[in-house]
Formats: sequence, structure tokens, C-alpha cells
Amino acid sequence: MHRKILDEEDIKRTLVRMAHEVIEVNRGARDLVVIGIRTRGVYLAQRLARIIEGIERVNILVGILDINLYRDDFQTRAEQPVVGKTEIPFDMLEKIVILVDDVLFSGRTVRAALDEIIDFGRPRAIQLAVLIDRGHRELPIRADYIGQKVSTGKQQEVIVRVKEEDGVDEVVLAEEVEV
Amino acid sequence: MSAQRIKLILDTAESFKEVLERPIRVVPTLRGVSVANLFFEPSTRTRISFELAEKRLSAELVNLSSATSSVLKGETLKDTARNIEAMKVDIVVIRHSSPGAPHFLSRSLQSSVINAGDGAHEHPTQALLDILTLRERFGELKGLRVVIIGDIAYSRVARSNIWGLKTMGASVVVCGPPTLMPLRVEEMGVEVYPHLDQALPGADVIYVLRLQLERQRAGLLPSLREYTNQWGITAERLAKLRQEFIIMHPGPINRGVEITPEVADGPYSVILDQVTNGVAVRMAVLYLLSGGKHEG
Repeated sequence: MHRKILDEEDIKRTLVRMAHEVIEVNRGARDLVVIGIRTRGVYLAQRLARIIEGIERVNILVGILDINLYRDDFQTRAEQPVVGKTEIPFDMLEKIVILVDDVLFSGRTVRAALDEIIDFGRPRAIQLAVLIDRGHRELPIRADYIGQKVSTGKQQEVIVRVKEEDGVDEVVLAEEVEV
Repeated sequence: MSAQRIKLILDTAESFKEVLERPIRVVPTLRGVSVANLFFEPSTRTRISFELAEKRLSAELVNLSSATSSVLKGETLKDTARNIEAMKVDIVVIRHSSPGAPHFLSRSLQSSVINAGDGAHEHPTQALLDILTLRERFGELKGLRVVIIGDIAYSRVARSNIWGLKTMGASVVVCGPPTLMPLRVEEMGVEVYPHLDQALPGADVIYVLRLQLERQRAGLLPSLREYTNQWGITAERLAKLRQEFIIMHPGPINRGVEITPEVADGPYSVILDQVTNGVAVRMAVLYLLSGGKHEG
């Protein structure tokens, strides 16, 4: 049982709207940098940055964060996740960081990302942008920019697919898969 | 170890290299994991490398070297290790002069055991960091010609590298005095040349082993000067080569014996890259072995 939440056009429109919100809140795009969380947050971050650049005619730097080394469930997992590279080739001091992920769920990934960013430097502010907020938070974390809120059961799965990685742009809600 | 497994360790190590470039070179990954470094044999590089790897992953660590421990009072290896384990240690890193000591320990301990060099047997993390250094230089190892020079018989570095390099698709040539060449070394799938002038042409990588000076005392070499004349890597010798190549050495270097200072510090030397990669590789091994409830 799969239900499509967003298709390619929806995602495009949603990101444009979120880009406008980012610009509105920050009164322009000065001092903005965008950091995406591996894997799919990276592609969404790049798209969001391009859209902001198009609107504001500025250059927006994009970083990549791999949060696996900051996970809190490291010692309870059977298999270690494959660690990718974090790439933040700019100084974050006094910058406003727009942190981008595909799905906000327990909030634990974002917690790890915040810790990692702060180890790199002290930005003026960090704001969170997610394509889907599916609820069930386990930590006091909320997003500043939300593509779409989706009410989900805890056992359901929200699958975000992006062209760069999956060949297609879509968001699907899947029923619990029997293990 | 399979090529796939080696690749996973190297890929992980590459990600850790980035951590070493950060403003804060520490990640919290192994917080709460305890590591005991048991060094029953002298070591500078490997020991500091493991210690730094552990610290950069936020592990807790304890060090033991034989000179300051109850080993001098005659405690057996097994007893030492079991006592340390009783203090709740998750990972044991061991360097020992007896081949097989790490394997022996891994059978009697619940903790993960990492071999940091056992006698003349193996030195796996050294081979892994060497392979990482080569992969960075050449992209892949397939088709590379690696010449390993020196004391093949007593070198754990040579043995681990032969296994690793062959697994990754390189071809390996060994060259050194007949008294320091193991019997039936060809069975490891290597070519054997007694003379440098035959071995060096066509080599992409010239891997110089440390000459363990105690070999001469054992009567296996007529003199150090004789060794240097026959198997020492000098600028004059390299000047005759037509191909491009790099020079590797696992350290510590006997300058002027197996390699001249100008070669060791020369432009084709990647010896210090090897050392940098050592920390990243050991971080990767610690990361992959820790946490997680392993079955069996």
C-alpha cells in the first residue's frame, strides 16, 4: 500500500515556496549558506540554493554533512553505517546556516547535525528546512521551513526519491513493511 | 580478507581523513568505548597512530607497555589480557613479538582484538594504510607493479602487504638477500629477483623495508655496507630508471643503510603520506569493529 504525497511538479513548487520563505525571514540572502544532510538532503539543499540564487542574484555556498559519526544509536546497531565525507569548504562564523533534510521524524538526525555543525564553527544562526515533517518527535526540535506536514503512523515509512539518486522525484507514504 | 572488505575499510578511512582536516579533529563516535593498547614490543608510529585514532574518535584508552607492567613479573599474556578485560575493555590493540598472539587472544577474550603487529607474521593495519596511500596515488591497484625490497623473511609488513596487494590486483615482486628470503616465497604468488637491477625496471612502487640490524649479528649478512651496496636504494640507482615511480617505507628508517636520506626525503617519497593515512585507517578499523552487537 503506497500513497503518493508529492510528485515532481509538487516538489518543485514546494522548494520555490520554501526558498521565498527563507528569503523573507532573513530579509534577503546575505550571509546565507545551505548545508544538506546526506544523502537526499544534499540534493534538496543544492536545489534550494539554486532557487535562492535565481531570486536574489547572489552566490550561495552549499555544504554536505554526514552525521553518522555523531549518531546516538551507534552502539546498539548491528552493522555500522557507511561513513561518507562531510564537506564544508567555507567558514561558518557569522553565517546563517539553512540546514536541509528530506524528512523530519524523531529529530535525532537533526540533533546530530547541530552538534557536528557547531564543531565546525559558530554560525550566527541555524535554521532547519525539511521537505516532509512526519511528526513523532523524540527531541524538542522543530523545523523553520516545512515543505509539507504529513500525519503518519509510527510504523509507516516516508520515502523521498530524488532524480540525482533514484532517477525520479517523488514522495511516497508506504505502509509498514513486515520484517 | 576479501577485496570487498578491504575496500570498505579504505572508503571509511577516506571519510575519516576529512575529519583530520577539521578545525576540531575529534568526533564523538566512540564515546563510552574503552580501548586497551597492549604494546609488548617497542613502537613509535603504530602506537601513537592508534592512540591518536582512538582519541579522535573519543574513545577512552589505557596503555600498557611491557617495560612498566607485570609482564616483567612473569604474568602470562592470557592472564594480563583477561585481567584487563575484567576491567570492561571493549577493544584490545596488541603488538607482540610472538606470531599468533593476537589470534590467541581473540579466542580467549570477548573483546574485539586488533593486531598491531605480531612477530614476523602480520601487520595488517600497516598494509591497509599502504594500500590506501597507493589508491590515492594511482586510483586503483589493478596492474600496479610493486617491488618489495629487503628482509622479506622476517618482515610482517612484507607478508601483510603481499596478501593485501595481491588481493587488490597488484603484482608483487620481492627482492633481497637469499638469506632473508623465505623458503617457497613464490607460493605466495610473487616474483622473486635476487638483484635490484633486475627488479627495479618497470616498478611503479618501490617499497623499501627496514633492515632489522639484529639480522647482521645473527650472521645472515656479511656487513651493513655490503647490504647497502647490493640492496640499498640510492639516488644513483634510481637515476637509471626510465619509468615514474614512488618510494615507500614503513619506518623507522635506517638512514644510509636500506635507503639514503636524499631518497627518503626526495620528491617521489610518500613516506609521510603513509604515516598520515595510518591514523585514518586505524580510525576506520576501530569504527567498523566497535559498537554493534556482533553475533558469534
